[in-house]
Amino acid sequence: MLPPTLESLGDQALLLRWGEVADADSNRRVHEVAAKLREAALPWLVDCVPAYASLAVFFDAAAIRGSDPLAVVRERVAAIAASMDASQDAATARLVEIPVAYGSEHGPDLDDVANASGLTTAQVVERHAQVEYLVAMLGFSPGFPYLLGLDPQLAVPRLATPRTRVAAGSVGIGGAQTGVYPNEGPGGWRLIGRTTLALFDARREPPSLLLPGDRVRFVPIDAPALGAGAKAPR
Amino acid sequence: MIDVLGSGLQTTVQDLGRFRHRHLGVGTAGALDAVSLRVANLLVGNAEGAAALEITLQGPRLRMHGAARIAITGADIDAHVDGVALPGWRPIDLPAGCELAFGPCRRGARAYLAIAGGVAVESILDSASTDLRAGFGGFDGRALATGDVLAIGATSLPDIDAPAIPKWWIDPHPDLDLAHARPIRMLPGHDHVVPSDALVAQAWRVTAHSNRQGLRMQGEPLRLADARDRLSEPVAPGTVQLPPDGQPIVLLGEAQTIGGYPRIGHVIAADLPRLAQRRPGEFVQFEWVDAAAAHAAACAQRHRLTRIGLAIAQRRGDA
Repeated sequence: MLPPTLESLGDQALLLRWGEVADADSNRRVHEVAAKLREAALPWLVDCVPAYASLAVFFDAAAIRGSDPLAVVRERVAAIAASMDASQDAATARLVEIPVAYGSEHGPDLDDVANASGLTTAQVVERHAQVEYLVAMLGFSPGFPYLLGLDPQLAVPRLATPRTRVAAGSVGIGGAQTGVYPNEGPGGWRLIGRTTLALFDARREPPSLLLPGDRVRFVPIDAPALGAGAKAPR
Repeated sequence: MIDVLGSGLQTTVQDLGRFRHRHLGVGTAGALDAVSLRVANLLVGNAEGAAALEITLQGPRLRMHGAARIAITGADIDAHVDGVALPGWRPIDLPAGCELAFGPCRRGARAYLAIAGGVAVESILDSASTDLRAGFGGFDGRALATGDVLAIGATSLPDIDAPAIPKWWIDPHPDLDLAHARPIRMLPGHDHVVPSDALVAQAWRVTAHSNRQGLRMQGEPLRLADARDRLSEPVAPGTVQLPPDGQPIVLLGEAQTIGGYPRIGHVIAADLPRLAQRRPGEFVQFEWVDAAAAHAAACAQRHRLTRIGLAIAQRRGDA
């Protein structure tokens, strides 16, 4: 894999970019480098923010001696990224299983997705649940995962008019992406199921169920097992 | 304790922000004018990063249960206690039971009220700041409402009959420029507009669709040299995005952590406080600087804050 390009994000962060396409190999590399940077215990490192094919390194310039803190950060980060072993084993990433009640009131758009993809609803569930997804990054809102690996046949356009209220834990498909809404709020993805797992809780340790670089598998469960108090999305 | 008799337009509990969690999608939040927050805290004897109130455009009415030392910084805001006008940028002792009434910001967009002892709220992810978008932190993850009661860190202040207002104050120039706005300095972004000076060649109007997530600017639409779709990448407070309509958005502390729009520049950290004081309807002029100038500006700002801290300590007799 080619080394990343480096550019500044203002005077608070450095961006490493491996490419301009969302693919699993680039993304795994992002997580490997992020892990190496965290391990290096750099005193000025504030945040390592992964994205599909890039990594932002936020630094505390006041903690860096000299007149060019950005140069110090560039040099250390480039050296660490270059020191990566090419045969890094990415299969050590955590696997998180997310139980999902597919269809009925928990996934009101499941029939639409089946129709659009030319499959039965059972086939949609099977194809969605059989994939091991990669958490490319978290963003948009706390704990919101961007997952790579959706079966291309399941890709369906977003709703023309987003729902004003999507229940927390809703599992959806939007374009070629699939993910889970951590919180109730507006949403334009097609909803195919729901989990009662809380993807994000600011008071919990750890606050986020998923971390960038995790592997995720959805596990179909029976709807009654979702538990009392599960509200249907409108 | 403090009773909120009137909420003001958007009054939130903020400290210097939430760090080390951006990889989870958790943004910084915090005081958008960090210089004013720091000075307000120094004036009342708090740690620089103690929790205070950020007041937006129109301020609250508060009743102070006990005698309190306060300081008002940031925007030039109307403030009274029992008909006595309270000036900013100095520590003021208030009597127990008094009503502190804020009016509109006359110049600037955001004022800061620090109280000795700090505002006491639950620490969420290592910060007292309110993340309005995510709905956590600060006072229940929301702006203050009429009827709320704020807890203050314990301090003992002898009661007095009337506000005690010193004759000295701290001058925030040049870190704030409410009287005479200077250009906002920027570093280049990954993406370029054509012609290349189009971003800095015109003054941009701050629209009313601006908030703690970002300032939406209005002017002659900008065009990109390369208009292809971009892959989502991390962004920072100060990042200037260009959506398809050609009207720039300058991200502020409560912006999302990842963005898919082209980024045409980044405001330097030292100028974020001045940027945060721009009101809807006012104009912003940008200018390009290089990394060395950005670093020099940040260092100079830190040195001024250190000198301000020393000056305050001498005045208070702490030195």
